[in-house]
Amino acid sequence: MEATYIKRKKDGRIHIKSGNKGDRVLRWTVVILTILTFVAFLFFNYAGLELGSAITETAYNLKVMFLEPALSHLSLGEAIYQVGVTLSLAFLATIIGAVIAFFLSLMAATNLAPVGITRIVRVFVAFIRAVPTVLWVLIFAIAAGLGSEAAVLGMLFHSIAYLVKAFSEAFEEVDKGILEALQSAGGSWWHIVKSGVLPSTFTYLLSWVFLRFEINFGVAVAMGAAAGAGGIGFDLFMASSFYFDLREVGFITYAILIVAFLLEVISTRLKKRYFPATSD
Amino acid sequence: MNEKTLRKNRWQTVILLLIIIVLTYVSSAITSFNFVDGLVTIPKAIGWMFSNLMVTQETLDKLPTILEKLAETTFMSIAATTIAAVVSLFLGVFGSKTTKVNNFLSVFARFIASVSRNIPVVAWSLVLLLSFGQNSVTGFLALFVGTVGFLTRAFIESIDEASQSSVEALTATGATYFQIVGKAVIPQCLPQMISWVLFMVETNIRNATLVGILTGTGIGYTFDMYYKMLNYNAVALVTLCIVITVIIVDLMSNYVRKVIL
Repeated sequence: MEATYIKRKKDGRIHIKSGNKGDRVLRWTVVILTILTFVAFLFFNYAGLELGSAITETAYNLKVMFLEPALSHLSLGEAIYQVGVTLSLAFLATIIGAVIAFFLSLMAATNLAPVGITRIVRVFVAFIRAVPTVLWVLIFAIAAGLGSEAAVLGMLFHSIAYLVKAFSEAFEEVDKGILEALQSAGGSWWHIVKSGVLPSTFTYLLSWVFLRFEINFGVAVAMGAAAGAGGIGFDLFMASSFYFDLREVGFITYAILIVAFLLEVISTRLKKRYFPATSD
Repeated sequence: MNEKTLRKNRWQTVILLLIIIVLTYVSSAITSFNFVDGLVTIPKAIGWMFSNLMVTQETLDKLPTILEKLAETTFMSIAATTIAAVVSLFLGVFGSKTTKVNNFLSVFARFIASVSRNIPVVAWSLVLLLSFGQNSVTGFLALFVGTVGFLTRAFIESIDEASQSSVEALTATGATYFQIVGKAVIPQCLPQMISWVLFMVETNIRNATLVGILTGTGIGYTFDMYYKMLNYNAVALVTLCIVITVIIVDLMSNYVRKVIL
């Protein structure tokens, strides 16, 4: 009875799929990304590239790196110390970021703050996120001088942006009944946060902080190499760009890899325990 | 919750906070990070930004060069992400529990993903720089490797999450492996996957700046050059261009995500 209008193709066959907006946008996204990828290769700057020899050379380099790791400009103790420096930079940026993000996300959660303020905080966070971390570190390095302060402050920005998003989403999922119960008992805004919101989200918040710490370790390595922030990243940069010592690069890569693996194992466990819905 | 568990929880919290405070103290000692100095720096830095990071008329002359480099970087990140997504699609299908071909391939796919994800992009770009030289291909490959690692994990998770029952239904009708993957798994996970790809495009544009500084290509190199020449007005312009690009990409991918998910 609903056969009043049947879409047909030119050759008379009936359309089997009724294309909705989602499918159409999906298809266009894939098509546009594919086209842009092909265009991209025209834009590339191929200066001084000899593909054949580059590939064999890289294969050889990787072999030296991974099969013959050795230290020559650093002692083992120093290397471990530098890994410690990188971990500490990541830790400081994460912890300070978490404290600031906690207060900002109270202002960004729609059930705890008026809409006007949440919008301002969100725009602010979006802007922070758009500037790459390395630029933040370099900009702070001018004002604060090269050192741990510039590195930590620069890394702080993205940690705050990431955690504000995660925290405010966690706050928004707090049972409305809890907030109402505290409000009707005469609790002030701070009472609601302290005894209603915080206890029911605390473990969530902690695991988000740890996930960010894992990311920040990688960021801290990168900042050491690109912005001279110290730590193992800087040694990596020196080993490859100044000494051209692939064996040392290999050793440092292994050191980073081991720490990253450990952090990943812990964070996967945390995810399984606290976010069973998102992990398998 | 009785009184005992409440008290136990409270103790756990106190101990945790103590550990965090001790760790903070230790790490600020290791890095000689000074909280007071750090706090003082923030207003100073913001003041400096407002007085020095201004786009002036004469820097606008440099806009065409900057935009050209920015386009190169943006295209490079998109290309790296898309091609990585194709590779990750295969690795993801092999690595997922529901669609794996055999155990060996599954472990192999997960291993590749884990190694390429955990070795930092910095190490890849520095090693590739040695033999590929100072051009876009170096940056492209460095981003590509990191993206494969990330996307494979994301794809494995979305395949595991989504397709259990439809795979079972198709297996019951006697469908072949390729029919199951092509008709059930991929269509079902595609929106989720595209959402991850778009997220990665945005991340890669930001990472490309970092890779560019290290390998001397694209917008990162432009930034580094002006930064070392102490031409802060040009630095401001470059930063502004990057911010605008990232925000545009972000808005576009948010729109797509809203429609397809």
